[in-house]
Amino acid sequence: MSKKILAAITAMGLMAFAFAGCTTTEETEATSKSLTGNIALAGSTSMEKLCEAMSESFMTVNPGVTVTVEYTGSGAGIEAVTSGSVDIGDASRALKEDEIAGGLVENVVAIDGIAVITDTSNSVTDVTSEELAKIYTGEISNWSELGGADQPIVVIGREAGSGTRDAFEELLEVEDICAYAQELDSTGAVLAKVAATPGSIGYVSLDVLDDTVIGMKINGYEPTEEQILAGTYALQRPFVMATRGAISEQSEEVQAWFAYLNSAEGQEIIRAVGLIVPQ
Amino acid sequence: MRKNAIIEKTAQAILTICAVVAIFAVCAITLYMFIKGAPALKEVGVLDLLFGTIWKPTASTPSYGIWYIILASVISTGAAILIGVPIGLLTAVFLSEISGRKLGGIVGSAVELLAATPSVIYGLIGMMVLNPLMFKLEKAVFAGDASHQFTGGANMLSAIFVLAIMILPTVISVCTSSLKAVSDNLRAASLALGATKEQTIFKAVIPAAKSGILTGVVLGIGRALGEAMAINMVAGGAVNIPLPFNSVRTLTTQIVSEMGYASGTHRQVLFTVGLVLYLFIMIVNFILLRARKAGVARED
Repeated sequence: MSKKILAAITAMGLMAFAFAGCTTTEETEATSKSLTGNIALAGSTSMEKLCEAMSESFMTVNPGVTVTVEYTGSGAGIEAVTSGSVDIGDASRALKEDEIAGGLVENVVAIDGIAVITDTSNSVTDVTSEELAKIYTGEISNWSELGGADQPIVVIGREAGSGTRDAFEELLEVEDICAYAQELDSTGAVLAKVAATPGSIGYVSLDVLDDTVIGMKINGYEPTEEQILAGTYALQRPFVMATRGAISEQSEEVQAWFAYLNSAEGQEIIRAVGLIVPQ
Repeated sequence: MRKNAIIEKTAQAILTICAVVAIFAVCAITLYMFIKGAPALKEVGVLDLLFGTIWKPTASTPSYGIWYIILASVISTGAAILIGVPIGLLTAVFLSEISGRKLGGIVGSAVELLAATPSVIYGLIGMMVLNPLMFKLEKAVFAGDASHQFTGGANMLSAIFVLAIMILPTVISVCTSSLKAVSDNLRAASLALGATKEQTIFKAVIPAAKSGILTGVVLGIGRALGEAMAINMVAGGAVNIPLPFNSVRTLTTQIVSEMGYASGTHRQVLFTVGLVLYLFIMIVNFILLRARKAGVARED
């Protein structure tokens, strides 16, 4: 059974390489089967799940290539790729202008969306990002202030160190000033608590949203993949794998890495870790 | 004869090795906790870490104060003992002094089942039943109070109730056996002097079983202090001043909830939290040892 799966993966990987070969040069295609070398990545801790899944699968397809990923934070990752100590710098934010001016290329490999959820009895289902920030800093503490029932708001979030929490606080610019009533240590726990607690609000990755809770509209836009790709839904951030110069200027291994990311299999992995494939 | 001697020797060697494994494990754990837990004390500063009240490990200027976390552990354990020990002791009195064989058997097996119940079950029931009730109570108590942050019932009070139930089996079983160990001569003497049954129990039997009861209490403290899963599910998990209706975090849940993604100093501080917890447990065990010694001395 496992042999079959392995064979299937390998076959898909080879197909991806054939693809990669087509888009770049004939030479790549010829050598891709016996690719050897190292790819070094460093950067965003939020991208750990993606990088782990991707590198594991990539190394199965390319046994000769070793992928090492360090999770040092977006800033440190960008610094490392700029200085040349790694091949790819992971950043869970768009690159700044000066970083692009410094020769980095922003390769958006995935988009991370965060859904704000509330329990199904709540009549408030649409908030602005300003209101959301005020709820999470404790300035708004009752749903009646937002036109809902007279019901205290139970502010639920994730524990310090969680990537979802980092992203949420960063996007709303409420880093370190949130007043949580409950800090839970998993996405599932947040979902369950919000579903069970009247008047609660919480945040989870977009992919786990289900009908036990209401996914709130932010600034009038539904938390859906379409709205995220259209750029209208506010709580989203790009996952960038920055390179010095364009992908075509990189080593064969790095080119193969990006080809793999864009292959059907790579995109399947992106979806499997709860992210959205950019268009 | 010679064969027997060989068997003896081998058995002795095996037993010694087994004993060494336990000792080695304890020493290794102690050493590990100190090695892993000490660096953060130096890095953050003993006072800032242990007595700081702000826990913001991932802020741009991080702050690693665990004072409220220590307090939450101590207070919730203390309160759970205050609630659980009287109930447990009286149940033990019922089991050893009053109940007949049939009823005693039923209560006894109920207690055993309670002891065998995994803590995640306690947590689940606490989360699904106790927390919603607490939320109603919270809304009633803090109606119109804008300064209170509503926690949805996940608060220290829930943790205390869950812990009080969880320590019951320990307290009951230890107390029951120590009450049963009290000589019947004592009861007979007390009754012969004209004391009622109640007077005999509370003035003669319980004082005589004091060290055993203390052992039960101390074991209960150990259980409550070390519980993580159930507390994690019912206490809310935000670091706050440990007040009854505040969401709190204890030493155990602190480690459980943040170890997953912590790195650098944050991670080291979590080891220090483990060290603090370990020291607390060591103190509890030291007291236990003393209590047992006192008991032995008394019986002599």
